[in-house]
Amino acid sequence: MSTLLDVLSIVAIVAGAFFYLAGTVGLLRFPDAYTRLHALTKADNLGLVLVVIGLLPQVDGVLTALKLLLVWLLVMLSSAAVSQLIARSARRRETRP
Amino acid sequence: MMTTLASGAVVLLLLWLALWTVVARDAFLAVAGFVVYGLLLALVWVRLAGIDVALTEAAIGGGLTGALLLGAVGRLRATESETAAEGAGAGTRAVAAVLSVGVTAALVLGVLMLPEPVPTLAPLVVPNLPATGVANPITGVLLAFRALDTLLEAIVLVIALIGVWSFAPDRAWGGRTGPRYHADPDGVLAYLARVLPPLGIVIGIYLFWAGADHPGGKFQSATILAAMWMLVQMAGLADSPRTDQVNLRAGIVIGPLAFIAVGVVGLWTAGAFLGYPDGWAKPLILVIEIALLPTLVLVLALLMNGPPSRGGAR
Repeated sequence: MSTLLDVLSIVAIVAGAFFYLAGTVGLLRFPDAYTRLHALTKADNLGLVLVVIGLLPQVDGVLTALKLLLVWLLVMLSSAAVSQLIARSARRRETRP
Repeated sequence: MMTTLASGAVVLLLLWLALWTVVARDAFLAVAGFVVYGLLLALVWVRLAGIDVALTEAAIGGGLTGALLLGAVGRLRATESETAAEGAGAGTRAVAAVLSVGVTAALVLGVLMLPEPVPTLAPLVVPNLPATGVANPITGVLLAFRALDTLLEAIVLVIALIGVWSFAPDRAWGGRTGPRYHADPDGVLAYLARVLPPLGIVIGIYLFWAGADHPGGKFQSATILAAMWMLVQMAGLADSPRTDQVNLRAGIVIGPLAFIAVGVVGLWTAGAFLGYPDGWAKPLILVIEIALLPTLVLVLALLMNGPPSRGGAR
């Protein structure tokens, strides 16, 4: 059972790292602010949730697991809000003569 | 092996980032580099098992200082190109380069030439820690063995705030601090400013309380609480305070005043300024910490806000 959980952790964390990498490649390669934000927030949120899922079987208590989930929720909340703010600010700068 | 490689990579990245921050042409980019540098440095402190330092570095070094610098960049934006055009002469640049390389070389030499074993007071702190009643040695050192340093630190913060306020023109004295924020009342920022503060306040108070026995403490806690207040102000959900409010000023000075009062009482009860009588260390430390918290939150947030102003948008 524990081997199975370890395999699950490894698979999930490697997949998460892959999405982080993909998000970063997108950030570096995409042409404008909106597509870059799209790559960063979408891929990194997926990467983070995969890393959290991978870490969950490894923690030593329910409280730590809940803290991990809370970290995930907080990062989701802030990254969603901040990406909106950045996109709006980019849009304002575009329409300004 | 793997961890050594990872640590080496982080150190190289840190050095590269530091260099990039120094040579960046644009002030905004330099500040962005500085913030990332602070967060990476926090990771390094975690790796060195200095969780308290890591928390402080992330909160104050990367977060608050970064935000202060961003504010400064915003204020300087209008004149940045002129200043850059004037530029510093080759001589000034050379002197600056020589000075910074010299300081770095002296620091490197100092670290490399430390005697073995490294001189430390840690063996003295550990057996005496139980007398303070706190289990986190950092808190014990900051508020019992070196309480005077912490007192002066708190006073310096208040003086820094007075310095910032002094930049206000006479007619603005007593006005509201900081820029006027114009946020969409139904926008994302307002949403975030409604959802995040309840959580942030709980986390801030938890960090404060945990500081007695675990990594954490008033500074990290105050940064989070100040950030929550800033968020509410920036979203336009609350006004920034007026500098002539008596209760605001009382909140700003209560920390150092309570600290000094405890110190003076120590003259009689324990025979030394800032001495704690037997068995009273923990409650007195708690009194000081609780009194310092509003001071730190107010000073950190008001430093961010900047000098007071009057009238409409600037």
